[in-house]
Amino acid sequence: MSKFKKGKQGDLPAISTASLPDIVFMLLFFFMVATVMRDSSLMIENRLPGAEQVEKLQKDRTAFIYAGKPSSQFKQLGTEPVIQFNDKIIKVEEVQASVLAAQQELTEELQPKFVVGFKVDKDTHSGLVSDIKQELRQANTLKVMYITSVKGE
Amino acid sequence: MAKRAAPEVNAGSMADIAFLLLIFFLVTTTIEKDKGQLLGLPPIQDQNVEPPIIKQKNLFTVLLNRKNQLLVEDELMEVKNLRQAAIDFIDNGGSTNADGETCDYCKGKRDPSSSDHPDKAIISYKYDRETTYEKYIEVQDELLAAYAFLRDREAQRLYNRSFKSMLEEKAKNQFKKDEKLNEQIKRIQKMYPQILSEAEPDKD
Repeated sequence: MSKFKKGKQGDLPAISTASLPDIVFMLLFFFMVATVMRDSSLMIENRLPGAEQVEKLQKDRTAFIYAGKPSSQFKQLGTEPVIQFNDKIIKVEEVQASVLAAQQELTEELQPKFVVGFKVDKDTHSGLVSDIKQELRQANTLKVMYITSVKGE
Repeated sequence: MAKRAAPEVNAGSMADIAFLLLIFFLVTTTIEKDKGQLLGLPPIQDQNVEPPIIKQKNLFTVLLNRKNQLLVEDELMEVKNLRQAAIDFIDNGGSTNADGETCDYCKGKRDPSSSDHPDKAIISYKYDRETTYEKYIEVQDELLAAYAFLRDREAQRLYNRSFKSMLEEKAKNQFKKDEKLNEQIKRIQKMYPQILSEAEPDKD
């Protein structure tokens, strides 16, 4: 029997770990690409209110309007709640033009399904939200989504 | 000088460094999925058009004042009681709708002094400019929950499944239209149409 045994038993060759960095780098690149840090840096406080009756947002047809008090690094904007659209602070009167411009950027078949997403801080007074809504009615973009955090999750 | 061979760089720690980066990105990545309440705004009305006359009994007034107090039909109410009050109002079915049909699926009290039919039952939601947004969303959530409850009840009765699961299935199959399912969803939405009218807050 012993003539079939070649050398000592259990002398396994070491598994090469040379390709391990490659594998890890591949994963790393995937996560680096998949990570979206944030589309626009917020200049305002943004704590969303909670709600239960919620639907999923379809990102491809949504433009976001942020509103809230300026955050601590942007004290020069005052303490009253302001509106932010993309990277700019805008006035209420500018909402209409900004939203229509965002709608134009969508593909043609999505334009009628355009939704405006409200990301409004929970301590904002609703008068500001009402002003924005009036502007949206003027712009005839009537679908809005009040983006909230989901209660009990 | 004798030519010395450059020493081999040890690449053994490369994996560790890559892992460190990988873990950092793993932790910071949040695959966000926003959720929210989807509602439609009313289109701008022509000033010359006379608004339709609505009977007081078909109107359920919800008012949030600047101190975040909730007034329902001119009485103070706590937010947690609002859902049931709204359900009772919508589901009352005291009389007939515009086509003269009685609400045969309503399970309400059929009080003649409350709403006639879910088709006619209008919830009028008014708030003050100083109301906080958090409270505004909270109250709106309760009102939407009332509609969701009634629609779900009918979905359970007619099709033996929750209304939410029907909507989810519809969203999942957005590329191949399921006519039967769409028909069922439409039917339930027609039974309890969501008539939530939001009044503009008074300017001060």
